[in-house]
Parts: sequence; C-alpha cells; structure tokens
Amino acid sequence: MLLIFMLLVSVIVFAAFFMGKKRGAALYPVKAQSSLIVHSLPVYHGFFTATLALGPMLAAVLLWSNLAPGAIRSASMAAAPAISSTADTSRKGLEEQALYRDIQMSAGLLNQGRDLTRPELKPAAEAYNRTNFWLNGLLLVLAAAGGMAGASIGLRRIKPEFRSRNAFEGVVKWVLIGCSAVAVLTTVGIVFSVLYETINFASRYPFEKFIGGTVWSPSSLTLGALPLFAGTLLITFIAILIAGPICLFAAIYMSEYASRNFRNIAKPVLEVLAGIPTVVFGFFAALTVAPMFKGFGDWVDLTFGTNLGVASESALAAGLVMGVMIIPFVSSLSDDVITAVPQSLRDGSYAMGATKSETVKKVVLPAAFSGIVSAMMLAISRAVGETMIVVMAAGLAGNLTWNPLQAVTTITVQIKTLLIGDQEFDSPKTLSAFALGFVLFVFTLILNIIALRIVRKYREQYD
Amino acid sequence: MTDAVLAPPRRKHDLTSLEAQARVRKRYAAESRFKFLGVAAIVFAALFIVFLVSDIVMKGAPAFIEHRLTMKLTPTKEQVAADGKTDRASLLQGDWMAVVRSGIQGYFPEVTQRSQRSKLYNELISTGADVDIRNRIIANPSLIGQPVEASVLLSDDADLYFKGSVTRRQERSGRGVASVSGTTGDVQFVSNANDFISDMSRIRGDLSRAAALARLESSRLKAALETVAADRRSTLETQINDQVQKASELERRGLAVGGTEMIGDNTASILIKANGGVIKVTELGSQSVSGTVLIPLKSNTQVKSGEWQIVTLTTPEGNRKLSDQQISWLDRMKDEGLVSSGFAWRFFTSGDSREPEQAGILGGLIGSALTMLVTLGLCLPIGVGAAIYLEEFAPKNRLTDIVEVNINNLAAVPSIVFGLLGLAMFLNTFNMPRSSPLVGGLVLALLVLPTIIIASRAALKAVPPSIREAALGLGASHQQAVFHHVLPLAMPGILTGTIIGMAHALGETAPLLMIGMVAFIIEVPNSLVQSATVLPVQIYLWSDLPEAAFQAKTAGAIIVLLIFLFCMNGAAIWLRKKFEQRW
Repeated sequence: MLLIFMLLVSVIVFAAFFMGKKRGAALYPVKAQSSLIVHSLPVYHGFFTATLALGPMLAAVLLWSNLAPGAIRSASMAAAPAISSTADTSRKGLEEQALYRDIQMSAGLLNQGRDLTRPELKPAAEAYNRTNFWLNGLLLVLAAAGGMAGASIGLRRIKPEFRSRNAFEGVVKWVLIGCSAVAVLTTVGIVFSVLYETINFASRYPFEKFIGGTVWSPSSLTLGALPLFAGTLLITFIAILIAGPICLFAAIYMSEYASRNFRNIAKPVLEVLAGIPTVVFGFFAALTVAPMFKGFGDWVDLTFGTNLGVASESALAAGLVMGVMIIPFVSSLSDDVITAVPQSLRDGSYAMGATKSETVKKVVLPAAFSGIVSAMMLAISRAVGETMIVVMAAGLAGNLTWNPLQAVTTITVQIKTLLIGDQEFDSPKTLSAFALGFVLFVFTLILNIIALRIVRKYREQYD
Repeated sequence: MTDAVLAPPRRKHDLTSLEAQARVRKRYAAESRFKFLGVAAIVFAALFIVFLVSDIVMKGAPAFIEHRLTMKLTPTKEQVAADGKTDRASLLQGDWMAVVRSGIQGYFPEVTQRSQRSKLYNELISTGADVDIRNRIIANPSLIGQPVEASVLLSDDADLYFKGSVTRRQERSGRGVASVSGTTGDVQFVSNANDFISDMSRIRGDLSRAAALARLESSRLKAALETVAADRRSTLETQINDQVQKASELERRGLAVGGTEMIGDNTASILIKANGGVIKVTELGSQSVSGTVLIPLKSNTQVKSGEWQIVTLTTPEGNRKLSDQQISWLDRMKDEGLVSSGFAWRFFTSGDSREPEQAGILGGLIGSALTMLVTLGLCLPIGVGAAIYLEEFAPKNRLTDIVEVNINNLAAVPSIVFGLLGLAMFLNTFNMPRSSPLVGGLVLALLVLPTIIIASRAALKAVPPSIREAALGLGASHQQAVFHHVLPLAMPGILTGTIIGMAHALGETAPLLMIGMVAFIIEVPNSLVQSATVLPVQIYLWSDLPEAAFQAKTAGAIIVLLIFLFCMNGAAIWLRKKFEQRW
C-alpha cells in the first residue's frame, strides 16, 4: 500500500515537473519574436508545478492518517462481538484495546488465507479488511485527483511574465524554516513530555519527599531520590577528579610544548578515544576494571589486614572509566581556549624572562580560566547524564554513602531500570523515572547555559 | 681608569651568586616537572586506549573461532524419515539429534547410564549440532542409510574448553613403572618413582592459602558483628566459628608432611591416562594414588615408564562448568581426531540465541543498518536545511538567537532524555510500533540533529563571502547563490559532520533502551516496523548474561562495532584532509 502510494506520488510529481519544464521552455520562441522577457528559467516552472502537485497529495495523506485509523476501528469494532460490560472504565478500555489487536491479527491472517485463531472475530476482521481496502482506495483516488488538479493549476499559470522562481523559492524558504523549527520543537517536545509525566508523578507522590527522601526503594514505593543524587555526584566527582587534571595537562602540553609531529599523532589518538561508544566503556568498566579493583582490594585486605571491602560494582571503577571517557571532550575544549589566548600575552611574559611553565601558570591559564571552567562544567553535565557506563558498572541499590569503594546507584541507572520491563503509566514507580529525567534535564540545562554563557563572554574578550 | 668609570652599578641581584644559580636551577626543575606532567597525562590516555583495545581484542578473539566435531554420521530411515517421505518438509520433522547421538555413541560405547548420557549429549553437544547433517541430507535424500561426513557443533562449554578458558591443563609423562589394580570402578595406581610429590606440595600450598582466606573472612565477619542487629548476632557468631574451624582444619592439612591427601572438588583435579583409559585421582600419596576410572582402561597390565601421563586441571572441579568426566570425554574426542576448529561464520550469519554457540550478530547488524537508514534519511536533509536557513537566510534577531542557543543546548542534553522523549511521544502519544527501527531511527535523528546543524553551519561559514557575492553580482537570486555555489563548496565539511554524527548514532545505546529495543529477538528484522535490536544494544544484552561464552561474544561484537566506527571516523578525517581548502 505504502509502495503504491509512493509510486503514485513520484509519478505525478515527476510528470508535473517535466510538463512544467516543457511548458516553460516553450515560452522562449515568444521572446525571439517580441520584446517580452521570460522571467523564470524552465526548470523553475517545473519545480513550481511539481510543488503544486505535491502539496495536495501530502495534505491528503495527512488528513487520511488522522481520520482513517479511527474509521477502520469503529467499523470493525461495530462488527465485533460486544465485550461484557464492566463498571470499571479503564479496564474496559484495556479490553477494547486487546480485542482490537486480536481483530487486526485476524485480519492479517485472513489476508494470508490462514485459519483464524478466534473464529468469532471473522466478521469483524472482514469489516476491518473491507474498510481498510476502500479507505486505501479512497486515499489513492483523492491523492491522484488532488495532485493532478494542483499540476493543472500550475501549468495554467505558466506565462512568460509569471515569476515561478520567486514562488518556488518562497516555498523552499518555508521548508528551510520548518527544518530549523524541528530543533526547537524537539526541545519543546522534551520539556512537555517530561514535564507532563513529572506533574503526573507529583500528583501521586509528594514531590518534596521525592527530592528530600533518603530511602530509595521503588518496589515498596518509597521514592526518596537523595541517594541517587548523591551517587551521581560521587561518580561524577571521581570522573572529574581524574579527567580534569589529565585534560588540563594534556591540553597545555599539546598547545604549548608539543611539536607539530607529536600533535599530528596525539590529536587523532584523542579523536579515536572520543569515537568509542559508551557501551564499550561500560563493558570495560564492568568486566575488567571493577573486578581488577575488587581483586586488588581483596589482596590489600589479605596482606595488610585492613577492611576495605571493595564492592564488585564500586563507584571508583565506574568513575574512573567515565573520567577517561570525557578526557577527549574536555581536552579538545580546553585546547581551543588555550590556543585562543593571544600570542602577544605569551611573548610579553617571555620578554620578562619567564620560563614556559611560568608563562602557562601565570599568564595563559588565568587568561583562559573562564573557558576552562566552562569546559569543566560541560564535562560535569556530560558525566551526570552518562548512562551506559553506570548502567553496566554501577550498582542498583540506593546507598547513601561517600565511600568510593562502595556500590552506589545513579539517576540514569534508575531511569533505565524503572522503564525496562513492565511500565504502568498510572503508578508513581514508572512515573518517577520521568521525574528523575526532569531533574537530570534541568540540571544539565543549567550547567550548559552557564557554560555557554561563560564561553561567549570569554570569546568576546580577544576577538 | 676607564674601568673604574664604566664599572656597572651594583646590581641588586647578583646572577652569578650561588643563591641565584640555585633559584634558576629550581625554576628549570619546575619547568621540566611541568613538562613531564603534560607528557604523563598524554601517556596515560594513550596507555588506557592500548589497555582497553588489547583487553577487548583478547577477550573477543575467541568469538571468531568455533570448535566442531567432524565425523561420519549414518542417518537411518527410522530416525529421519519414519513415514518414508523424503521431501523437505517431512525431513525437517526427523529426529536428527538421534542421528548425531548414535554417531557419537560409536566412540563411547561404555556410556549407558541415563544421567551419564545426558552429560555427554546434552552438555557437550550443541542443540544446533544436527543442522549440518540435516541440510546435507535434505540436499541429497538418497544418502539416507549411508555414512555421511558432517560437522557437529560443540556446546559453548566444550568449545571454551578447547579454547583453554575452562581450565589450565598441564600434561606430563610419568617417570616410574606403574601398576594398576583394575580397569573400571575404584582402582589403586602405584608408581615406583615419586611421581606425585610435586602435586602433593602444590595442593598443600593451596590449602594454606585457602586457610588464610577463611581467616580473612572470619575477621571480616567479626568486624561486621558490631554493626548487625542483636537478633542476627548469633547466626553471625556461628558463621565466624565455622570459618575459624575451617581455617584451622585447612592449616593443619596444609602443614602436614608425608601421608596422603584427599582431592575434593575444591582443589585442582589430577587425571592419569594409562592403557587407553583415564583415572581420576581421589587420594594422593607421593607414589601411589587411589582413584575412580572415568574411561575404562583396556587392560590392567603394568605400564612402562613414560607411557602414562599425569594431567593436571588447575581450576578445581567445583569452580567450572565441565566435570572431570566430561573433560576426559572431550580429550578422548580430540585424541580420536574428531575435533576441528575454524572461523565462526555463524557469528555473522545468525541472529540472537539463548545458546551462546549459536548466537550471532546478524540481527543487530541489520537492525543497526535499518535504524541508521531512518536516521540518515531524516537528519541529513533537516539538519542541512536548518543550517542553511540559520546561516544564510535567517534575519539576525532575538528569535534566531533563541533558536541558536536552543540548538547548542540540545547538543548537550543527555541522550537518555531523548529516550524519554521517544517513549512519551512516539510510543505513548503517537502509538508507533515499540522496539522498531523506525522509532529508534527517529529518536537518534533528533539526537544527532544538533551535531549536524552545528557542523553544517561551520562548513557554510567557512565558504568565503566572495563566492556568494560573485554569484549575486552575476544576477543569481539569493537561493541560487546558496544552492548552486555555496552549498557544493561546503559539502565536504557537511559530509564530515554527518559521518561523525552517524558514528555517534551507531554507538548510541541508552535512548534505544527506553523505547524497548532491548527485547530478546531471534529473527533478523526485515522491515522498519518490526521488533529489532541494534548492535550496541546487543552488546549490552550479552554483557549481562552469565555464560562465559557470551562474554567472548560481547567482546567480539564490540570489535565489529569498533571496526565500523573506526572506518567511519577514518573516512571523516580523510574527507576533511582531502577537501581541506584554504581560501
């Protein structure tokens, strides 16, 4: 069906294009005889006609996809055996849904000429197929008629003085505006969908208990998210503690000391690190680093009689690997801000007799300070939102602890855990995942906005 | 005279003084320390990459090799075509596993007990072992009743044993002349040399180490004693006593001299191969052992020096999936020359499976390809369109400013939030099919859209205004100038950005978990609305499974994914280099 429709659309659009182009080309002899100038090139007449043909067809399919499923549903449900009426409306809705799914399945079986698993649904399935068939036919006829009408209107308007290029370019401009609107709509969509479910959640569970509660146990519907926030911050802190200095030193070395050859090798190495998917880091953290730490901790316990008790899903392992993951990210950002410091500042410092490291410490870093801070903030927001490493290497139990050798859980781990498997969109348990997502979104958004603002302000200084 | 006149004024800092030299040395030391830190940071990053890649390659390489038995099988009419029909459909109904079992039984006639048979056929042979012989016979039904050479897939555990990851196996020849008391059941095996003395000392060393571990456990429990509630204290105390007793018992055994030592399933196993059979040692002395026969000996004649072997399996029997009996069967198969290994094409040609030896990544690969198709089809036109508008046509006002800030922020939104969007909007509001490549592609398209917009804008910005102005000067419309002149010049940059964005999307996992692409799906998807999984999600799913063989499969799938990503990133870097243009 989809294939037939696409074929129809492309045939009509191409036909309209070539007819318009031909009509446009035919205007030219007129020019030779008279003083009349043709405004647009033939190809624009073609584009214009094709656009007029495409418009009604898209409108038809939009209208159809809004109305047809409902019509098919009501037609087939009318022919289906009535469901035993129960007082509970939400139960009834679920039963209706199940019935409709069965009808759809039977209709599919009927089309393939196979036996029905529920023969009593045969009339409904037949009604489904019949309505579906007629409505599909209707769509094809409607689209074809609309497309041809549009094309003929377009063809009729082709005259030497007709500005088809301007008309077509107007359409193109709106399409481009539509493209840039998608990015805005995505943000709006995120805010609305997450906010909607969060409000839903807040109406079922006291929000202050959610933000301030210290016990996280979704199975008993005790949803205090403080342990998750603490766990997220702990792992992020470890990650930044590792990534921060390494990135800073790597970036300083790359921009101030390294020879061109060394840069040419080291930059791709960092880019390779940046291209490794987080699931790979997660695998590495869970199956190599965490057992290594645990083994080392046990060895220390055994040899020195201490009682470290390293957990097999320690926050340290997840944090370490996450720190390595954000190295290329922060390092390339810091590299940018350090190279953006004007050479004249460095030259001045050298002229005073400072060594390179003194210049870096006393001149370059203070000048690049705001940029580095914003890079760190972006890194924090990246680490807070990171999912796969912690899903695979961090724990599930919400421990409220600052010991990096213990297992902690994070916001993202809990979102994933709550939304995999059975979802009940009327229980606070599932909805709390959206509330956590909302907290995550707002937190990272604030960090990003501050960071971007700092970067902007900073860039203006030396441009 | 002149010297006195031109004598320099007295300097405050004498640069030649010892203190000044010390200061300079200190400053230069600080300089080299600083430089060293920079090098160390880069070396750390590089070492980490090397460690990560080599770890994954080492773990993943076994996934590309599989072991199988190559043997003659004789399918009988009763087994595979009881109704006499030899068309494809009725042959598929045949009991092909019975064919495989009777083929293997030829080598192990002594295995008759039901529990033993199950250990041999169900645990060492894959459930997909009959596929090869079945396909051969279906292709040529006239071969029924004749011996046909076919390959029989081994189970994951048997495969792992041959890859050496079940246990370390050491084999050495016996030095003494040995006599054995029987051919089946419990036997005495006596050598006239001190053949077992090294095993003895090793086992006693192991016992001492185990004692230390038990002591550690008891001290840990003692530390926990302070914190537990009073009602649990008594059980904890009994636990502590148990550990202490165990430790002292183990210590006593570990320190003993001479005598014999029992070998249980928590110490390394010792097997003796002699006279064509295998004996499992249960009690070890320095010269004589007693044990159980695993594979019957051909005779109980005296064995010459060097003609019998002592096999040590380092991993204790209790810690591995395969028993000593199963390992001796596998060794026997190998000795018979049945076992062969080869490249595991299955890994690339089959979908997911509960059985590690039959699981492959084709489902994930096709799912990823379909998802990427949707993503590319959506985000390339939309991203380039948005970039063109924002860079070339948009008026510079507050609204465009907001759009710009919004795109920059969107690029930094955590990917899991996009998954929440997909779940709430595409699945719950628009009722799109769950777990389908269509929804996955949509979510990933939104995810990489900001990346592509930002890269495309940078590429468009890099085209010098003179190109645009020349076109405008020759009478082109603004759109003609952009689409005919600026866009083609910006295309390499846009493509580079797109490839990097697609590589990002290909490795993305978290948002796809939210829209249900984590289901266990055996079938290879063939449409955009079918349930599917993608390669990174497959990696995540496998990494969670307890079977050791799946760990190798996970790393193998990671290798495939990384190869794809390196190729894509490499292509992007190459494109950037090739079309790099200075105006």
